[in-house]
Amino acid sequence: MAVDDVALAPVSVGFWTRNRKIGAGLLLVGALAAAVFGPLATGQEARFTLSEDAGGAALEIQGTLGAILFGLIAAAAGAALLVGLPRRWFGPLLGVGVVAFVLSFLCWQVSAAPAGQNFMPLVNMLRGTFLLALPLIFGALAGVLCERSGVVNVAIEGQLLTGAFAGALFGTITGNVWIGLVAAALGGAFISLLLAVFAIRYLVDQVVIGIVLNLFAVGLTGFLYERLMQSDAQAYNQPPHFGTWSIPLLSEIPVLGPALFRSNIFLYLALVLVLVVHVALFRTRWGLRTRSVGEHPTAADTLGVRVLRLRYRNVLLAGLVAGIGGASYTLASFTFSKNMIGGKGFIALAALIFGRWSPTGALLAALFFGFADQLGTYLGAVNSVIPSEFLAMLPYLATILAVAGLVGRVRAPAADGKPYVKG
Amino acid sequence: MSDVNPASGSGAPEREPAGAASPDQAAAPEQAPSPEQAASSADAASPDKDVATESRRAESAASDGDPSAGNAGPAATDAGRSGRAATGTGAPEGRGPGLGQLFLQNLWSANTVTVTVLALVLAIVIGAVLIIISDPDVLATYGYFTARPADAINSSWSVVSEAYANLFKGAVVDPAAVSGWADGSNGWQLVFAPISETLTYTAPLVFTGLAVSLAFRGGLFNIGAQGQATLGVILAALAGFLLPLPPVLHLIVALLAGAIGGAIWGFIPGILKARRGAHEVINTIMLNYVSLYFLSWIINQRGVHEPTRTDAISKSVESSAQLPRLLGGDLRVHAGILLAVLATWGVAWLLNRSTFGFELRAVGANPDAARTAGISVTKTYVLLMVLSGALAGLGGSNMVLGTTASALTPAVAAQIGFDGILVSLLGRNKPWGVALAALLFGALQAGGNRMQSYAGISLELATVLQALIVIFIAAPALVKAIFGLRAARAARLQTSVAKGW
Repeated sequence: MAVDDVALAPVSVGFWTRNRKIGAGLLLVGALAAAVFGPLATGQEARFTLSEDAGGAALEIQGTLGAILFGLIAAAAGAALLVGLPRRWFGPLLGVGVVAFVLSFLCWQVSAAPAGQNFMPLVNMLRGTFLLALPLIFGALAGVLCERSGVVNVAIEGQLLTGAFAGALFGTITGNVWIGLVAAALGGAFISLLLAVFAIRYLVDQVVIGIVLNLFAVGLTGFLYERLMQSDAQAYNQPPHFGTWSIPLLSEIPVLGPALFRSNIFLYLALVLVLVVHVALFRTRWGLRTRSVGEHPTAADTLGVRVLRLRYRNVLLAGLVAGIGGASYTLASFTFSKNMIGGKGFIALAALIFGRWSPTGALLAALFFGFADQLGTYLGAVNSVIPSEFLAMLPYLATILAVAGLVGRVRAPAADGKPYVKG
Repeated sequence: MSDVNPASGSGAPEREPAGAASPDQAAAPEQAPSPEQAASSADAASPDKDVATESRRAESAASDGDPSAGNAGPAATDAGRSGRAATGTGAPEGRGPGLGQLFLQNLWSANTVTVTVLALVLAIVIGAVLIIISDPDVLATYGYFTARPADAINSSWSVVSEAYANLFKGAVVDPAAVSGWADGSNGWQLVFAPISETLTYTAPLVFTGLAVSLAFRGGLFNIGAQGQATLGVILAALAGFLLPLPPVLHLIVALLAGAIGGAIWGFIPGILKARRGAHEVINTIMLNYVSLYFLSWIINQRGVHEPTRTDAISKSVESSAQLPRLLGGDLRVHAGILLAVLATWGVAWLLNRSTFGFELRAVGANPDAARTAGISVTKTYVLLMVLSGALAGLGGSNMVLGTTASALTPAVAAQIGFDGILVSLLGRNKPWGVALAALLFGALQAGGNRMQSYAGISLELATVLQALIVIFIAAPALVKAIFGLRAARAARLQTSVAKGW
């Protein structure tokens, strides 16, 4: 829904292509990092330990030096983009630039930490990033499944919440994690079913019904929580938890092993699901049909695809996935509490959009947001001057920039949100 | 569309008795020409328009058919009215446009009323089911239902009736307080306490509801009322305890500060939409959370945080900036409700009588047609979001300048922005409808408080009821199917603006 009088105006392709603009921005940001973070950093060594604590092997760099050096690397990447390298260099250079900027920032923060805390345990950071990204990955995958077939899914938050609730309730009642997991998936699918029926059958605006379903899920789970779980937590809210599963061999890899491959089932499920959805979406008949239904349902219908049935099925699948994501709260580490998702569903939506409606993009976006979250925790622990609230805003601001086309243009599936009526 | 034939022609099926083939899809504009209709008829020819959009346009077109808006073709308007009056209520035809007829017209145009009432009934029934299944003791009686059904029915009835009776007593009036007043055992305050509570909760919802519905009418979906209200709360509170000003002026400045905060937060998605084509739904969702984190950051800053407290709470708004209480110190209702009525009137005027209102309705109905007609869509979108944000910001100010709270806390804005979306949908995006919907939501909130403390039923039930009501309102076809309503009645009730990202 672009406003056409501006957006459809011919794009002036002169010297300032998108790559050059981003390059200029990166150059500026990198130079700023070198100029600002450098002096702010202390002469302390900034240690990035390859373990969970201060001990063990570590990558070390002197704080000031590191902040300036990485700032300059970011600026150099920007400059390279600015002079106009071939297109295929864009991705790698942008990646180098962003990573170097983050490293420059980290050199400052780690070296400026209170004495004795000038280290960042990479294993912890990596594990935290993935754990915090977990619900985002599931949620964003649910979004991909829905929106690729043309149904806007704003109800991710509600699906996660209902999944978490159902997982905790039935997990506790039966005392079986697997039954809890199935119940959680069905809980998510319950909200999805409502979304599907109202969006597909009754043609209600999908954003509207999504928002309303979120409130419904908050109210419903909150109500049942207060009625059942609060009065008798022992009987209704002591869910069993999945244990830690070490994967042989893989868990021996330094840093990656302990961070990723000594984890619970949900992390493995998430990674496998990303792969499965990616392959299914781009390599199978189902995927082709799904994408065609999301882009041009009339054409798909003409070719014999049952548009509405496919949409129903995908929306329900999305609910199952998001429900499992909700269970990653209650069946892994916590008990259920009121409104425990707390906006993660909307960050998942942001990850979906930031990742351009693709499973792998969503995974990367979710990891980026998870990292921002984990970094906030870390900076809080070392008494940083950077308020953690601003880091928490990062995912949302990044998405606004992406949607506004300041960092490349994101485009939703063409028929996303448009109900299909035959004839 | 200068002549009226297409309108009356497409209106014809609606006057026939039940049995139109596909009622929800029979978008039946049947009013005198109004800007939306002129605009929507322009794209009626394009084959791939969504039904929901169409019917919503028809609905808004019809809603604007009151004498103020449609000045073209008064004869046709009258004919349409009397025709509708005849079908809807069996009233005698051929009267002038008097008060009675206006009433009948409104009654008819609100099949809305029928569906709204039935949606309420459905929500209450589902709520009752929830109360029963969430009470283990009552549920246990169903274990031997076949043996002694009276047990199950009695216990269910007692728990449900107690809950809803308290909901009513907390929202409208408590009979015990009335009889107590009559025999002098308690003062008049207790009688009006429930109403006072209801109105206290209503006031901010009117503002946020108006904010959302104003944007709706202009074709934008402002999910950011929550964020705009949050910014409004922040600026209003800051003005309330940082500025040393004399009483009346201080209040005005604080209210303005709230409105400006909301306006800024509305301006961002507005300008991004107008200049970059960025979808306002995504941006407003994101800005909601940005404002939430901003609030939790600013509370803890020096000069803002209350030094005597260790938890996250700011200083209190000075009494000179507080909205005066209307019924004395014991009752919480404050002048915010008067402002809310004023705002409703103002938005109604803006929509129906002003040039900008005309432009925004035209843009909302069909941006392309509006642009062709010489209306600047860009300007309209920005101004619309600024106004919408300012209204939401005023709603936020109500939360901290009124009696709900007097200092910033992380949850000070509650859910008023999200509730505003529901209120707007329930009020069908018409200013006075929004005000009534806000009253209902305020009543549910106030009654929910009493239900929680007296009947031990969680306040969350109010949220469930609100969501359920709006779900049913949003899908009139479902309500119609459940109750077997006549086909044409629900046809124009589609509230959606389905248009995707």
